[in-house]
Amino acid sequence: MSDNIPSDLKYTKSHEWVRQAQNGTIEIGITDHAQSALGDLVFVEVPDVGRALKAGEACAVVESVKAASDVYSPLAGKVVAHNEALAGKPELLNEDPYGAGWLFRLETAASADAASLMTAGAYETFLAEESK
Amino acid sequence: MGLKTPLYDTHVQQGAKIVDFGGWDMPLHYGSQIEEHHAVRRDAGMFDVSHMCIVDLSGGRVREFLRLLLANDVDRLKSFGKALYSCMLLPGGGVIDDLIVYYMSDTWYRMVVNAGTRDKDLAWIHKHAGDFDVTVAPRKDLAMIAVQGPNARRKTAALLPPPQQVAVLELKPFFGAPFGSWFVARTGYTGEDGFEIMLPAAEAADAWGRLLQQGVKPAGLGARDTLRLEAGMNLYGNDMDENFHPLESGLGWTVAFEPKDRDFIGREALERAQRESGRELVGLLLEDRGVLRSHQKVLSAGATTAGLSGEVTSGTFSPTLNRSIALARVPKTSQPAVQVDIRGKLHAARIVKPPFVRHGKALIDIS
Repeated sequence: MSDNIPSDLKYTKSHEWVRQAQNGTIEIGITDHAQSALGDLVFVEVPDVGRALKAGEACAVVESVKAASDVYSPLAGKVVAHNEALAGKPELLNEDPYGAGWLFRLETAASADAASLMTAGAYETFLAEESK
Repeated sequence: MGLKTPLYDTHVQQGAKIVDFGGWDMPLHYGSQIEEHHAVRRDAGMFDVSHMCIVDLSGGRVREFLRLLLANDVDRLKSFGKALYSCMLLPGGGVIDDLIVYYMSDTWYRMVVNAGTRDKDLAWIHKHAGDFDVTVAPRKDLAMIAVQGPNARRKTAALLPPPQQVAVLELKPFFGAPFGSWFVARTGYTGEDGFEIMLPAAEAADAWGRLLQQGVKPAGLGARDTLRLEAGMNLYGNDMDENFHPLESGLGWTVAFEPKDRDFIGREALERAQRESGRELVGLLLEDRGVLRSHQKVLSAGATTAGLSGEVTSGTFSPTLNRSIALARVPKTSQPAVQVDIRGKLHAARIVKPPFVRHGKALIDIS
């Protein structure tokens, strides 16, 4: 099975994606690979608006029928929005992980071009290595 | 590489996600665990349960042997083919395993025990069987398929020749009978009607394919777990094990204290336990959003972590109720309103009486 890895996003080793939004904020979610590995999602907990996050801080929880997994903030920043729709429809994360299934937006001094993040190509290589 | 059932290649061909389960490579799901769950509640699903251990016990004194070995009493089995659910206990009352035993003939009983406990079960059975000249024969040559759901019996019957179709549909709950090379029993682990089919391993893939043609949906261990938990059924290793006796594991109803003159392994310990207040296994319904998981702590309402009282033994998200449910072991005096510690935060939950769901219908008030 090949995973969907859009080329315009950046990625982390813990399977979050990062999108540079136009107003200087960044949008964060989990990858198609992550949602597929978790299975049917049944509960999502997103960080409160206004919360300050450190890079690498556990800040959201995604739970499938099988297990709970932490989501880590890819960069430091302040939460300016979170996806309210996930409370009633956690399956959005399975159906559209890069769109309607987004988790939260950060106001950050860093950019999605930060050296700590991977390109789509690098993430694809990382997944191939991980599955060996 | 783990152990493989005769249906392993079939599962892989059908796109199953394979996981290790007690040393066996088993299907977790074939795409969506929740869809498989609903298929069983609303129509018909099938599970490969060939990893479970079928063991035939035979000999002139086999009934006498089982009356000592099992906490439930095989003397309750009056007709051939009738099945009985029982625990097999240590002398101290801890549960070695839970099992189903079928009354095949006066000199032959068939037991089905869990896959993960197979070796210790067989060792324990052998240890006691010698005194009764009972022969113990694990049936590695048999596979087992569970077909479950409101339409499961009809769809399974369609695989048999017409005269046998009538007979298989007349099987009463908790009865089994031979049909050609198959042994079909009206039993299961989902809270729905259905059959469990024991059949020669070489016939398993063909039977699976024919059930698929009848519209029976393959379902994995994931759905099997959410279905059994909704049905309020225990899972060995989660809701019971050697550290707890059946009365603390919601299984008091499976222990036959009568007749009083029947000695069985664990009896003395259980009679002592009956006189203590102790703990009990209850159902939990989470009032808040979130998901209950095994090992989460259960506290009485208003208590802090200092007032630790119980523990979730199995928890999941219930696809039928769209809420999180669990089994938990708590002190017998617990009030219905409790709290559960989920990742450091306390969430309101309510003690309820399982089953949560039976025959497609919610049995508890979720408002």
